[in-house]
Amino acid sequence: MEYFLQQLINGITLGSIYGLIAIGYTMVYGIIGMINFAHGDVFMVGGFVSLIAIVALGITGGSGFFPIILALVLVVFIAMIIASAYNWTVERVAYRPLRGSFRLAPLISAIGMSIVLQEFVRIAQDGRPKPLQPIVTGGYEIMSRAAAQGEFIVRLSNMQIFIIITTLVLMALFTAIITRTSLGRAQRSCEQDMKMASLLGIDINKTISITFIMGAALAAVAGLMFFLYYGVTDFYVGFLAGIKAFTAAVLGGIGSIPGAMIGGLIIGLIEVFWSAYFTIEYKDVAAFAMLAAVLIFLPQGILGKPEVEKV
Amino acid sequence: MAEVPKSTNVMPEARSIAAAAIAKDVLFTAVIAFIILGPIVGLKTFAISGSLALEQRWGLVTVFVAIVAGGRLAYHLLVWNKPQARPSRAISAPVLPFMNYAKYIAPALVAFAIILPFIPGVDRRIVDLAILILTYIMLGWGLNIVVGLAGLLDLGYVAFYAVGAYAYALLATIYLPAWFGDGIVPWAFFITLPIAGVLAALWGVILGFPVLRLRGDYLAIVTLAFGEIVRVVLINWSDFTGGPAGIGGIPRPSFFGLPFIEGEGGFAAFFGLDFKPIHRIIFLYYVILVLALFTNFVTMRLRRLPVGRAWEALREDEIACRSLGINTTSTKLTAFAIGAMFAGFAGSFFATRQGFVSPESFVFLESFIILSIVVLGGLGSQIGVVVAAIVIIGAFEVFRELNFLKAVMPAGFDPVQYRMLAVGAALVLIMRWKPRGFVTRREPSVVLKEKKAIPTDLVAEGHG
Repeated sequence: MEYFLQQLINGITLGSIYGLIAIGYTMVYGIIGMINFAHGDVFMVGGFVSLIAIVALGITGGSGFFPIILALVLVVFIAMIIASAYNWTVERVAYRPLRGSFRLAPLISAIGMSIVLQEFVRIAQDGRPKPLQPIVTGGYEIMSRAAAQGEFIVRLSNMQIFIIITTLVLMALFTAIITRTSLGRAQRSCEQDMKMASLLGIDINKTISITFIMGAALAAVAGLMFFLYYGVTDFYVGFLAGIKAFTAAVLGGIGSIPGAMIGGLIIGLIEVFWSAYFTIEYKDVAAFAMLAAVLIFLPQGILGKPEVEKV
Repeated sequence: MAEVPKSTNVMPEARSIAAAAIAKDVLFTAVIAFIILGPIVGLKTFAISGSLALEQRWGLVTVFVAIVAGGRLAYHLLVWNKPQARPSRAISAPVLPFMNYAKYIAPALVAFAIILPFIPGVDRRIVDLAILILTYIMLGWGLNIVVGLAGLLDLGYVAFYAVGAYAYALLATIYLPAWFGDGIVPWAFFITLPIAGVLAALWGVILGFPVLRLRGDYLAIVTLAFGEIVRVVLINWSDFTGGPAGIGGIPRPSFFGLPFIEGEGGFAAFFGLDFKPIHRIIFLYYVILVLALFTNFVTMRLRRLPVGRAWEALREDEIACRSLGINTTSTKLTAFAIGAMFAGFAGSFFATRQGFVSPESFVFLESFIILSIVVLGGLGSQIGVVVAAIVIIGAFEVFRELNFLKAVMPAGFDPVQYRMLAVGAALVLIMRWKPRGFVTRREPSVVLKEKKAIPTDLVAEGHG
């Protein structure tokens, strides 16, 4: 029971991170109907920028509670701005000129961009993994009654609380933007019918750019949290995390933001429970198999609309 | 899904040199370039006594930002201020007169390929490079069946390559000697080749079956996932596959039983030649040449068979196909299986050439390079695959030759480090410039009276 609870906490933490990345995939796919392959790498860039900012600001685990919180907020903003600039440029350079082109062209271009980002970071920051001492330390022990009997202790670390709370806040914020603001209305209308939206005076290019920026901002936060959670990052983390997040987006129903979050939680839980109860080596296989199974048996996802085949 | 309208021109239409606007735009470009390059290039992290420290490189950032801004300015002054000729979207001539010289290109290339090892001045390095290019041409032709003809987007093609390579590696090192004794080892390659093809085709069907209903990007991402699953299994199933260390000591091919060794019983002694290591390389070269030409021959013949026509019909319109009674399930599966079979052959060849296989050789990047070769060449074009393979693999090699740059650039500069970066960027640019590949004409499968080439604009890409 304690072991299960611990894995549940770990799974929700990991799932929150996947969910945040998945929102970027789902929004872009919803609007322009393409997989932004470089999104996972924007997530990676977000992690790297956070790392650089943390080292530059000289934050360590020894600083007090409020300095750390303030510094992390600053780091989050820096990472958001820089990752947004990346994703905006990627869209501008690699996707916008290809809009309306042949179907394979944006896909190849996107994978090309993903390789460019990976290699750029690898060359600029060398290929070695970058470890960092934990910054957010401490936590709570739940069910410490068990500890007295020498049993398994369930820990809920401050880092996990930080991740889950940040995710909840960002989710609420983005849901509000999408459902309540004129920007969100423009995005939803572009998703439904882009031609009609442009006839009604919506600046499509701007709306798409903002969608990429929003996705990148969330990915940057995810990048920071992923990096703080695992304490290490390298130029290649974006590939696997990207595929898993895309799986989450598909599982939740592509185009649906709550769906992306639910999908992220499910993928995170599957990965953690698989590692805990079966084999850690095959946890990626579990995620990939999940992707295949979802696409085959539930292609519209949990909260998505079924796609109607037109002749 | 909303239909995406073609983007309006990124740049405004009539363009004279408006200094203020250009200055603003260049400044904006410089700011964006600074935001992008500043932290990652300007602040390099390095490990020092258990923690990280930063090395500041603002000079480098300044140079890069200046290059980007300068490039933008040059574009404004030299390219974008010219009046833009509106590209005519109408297809000028639906059918073009078939180029007369086109039919001589392929035989000339084949003739050149046959005499290549004997051209004076061609040394081992060139033959090695030619082997590499031919391997990719063969893989490209195999994938062309799946992507170019049947219109099924496959991002996990390298899995079948891996199946072929591991089939040969395991059979030749462990199973064949155990079953039939060591005498069989010189023949292992020729015995295993068909087995590897069959196994890869079987895997093509196994992996193809679940994804039959998927289309487009979804198919791409699931095939990518399958490719990764195969690789993860190869890494972790250590008892069978040797794990991350791979399998070494794979027997080299023999000249139909005559090993390439010095002295009695070897190839050189049998034919009364002086022993040279290059004999084996040249033999390998001809093996892959024959395999590649076989792939091409089979593909060209299949296009004329009902199954080949069904592939192309499937690519053009799946719903019409179904309503005309074509069994789309078996059509898709045959495309997957036959494409996979050729990857299996190529994989066997790869294993015997390297003498060593490990999961490192079968990463997603390989799949992507093969797909890029097919797309850059022009989907469905056989000669396009050849051109694209030479360009891409050749470009990889060119980076090894750029040693003069080391003299010009600061110390520690190694051009080889930059090759993937350059290839990634080149793919993005080529997609902007020629999204339908280098070769933009297709040969029709069926002709009435006279043969005419078809512009690619008239060829569909398929839905799945």
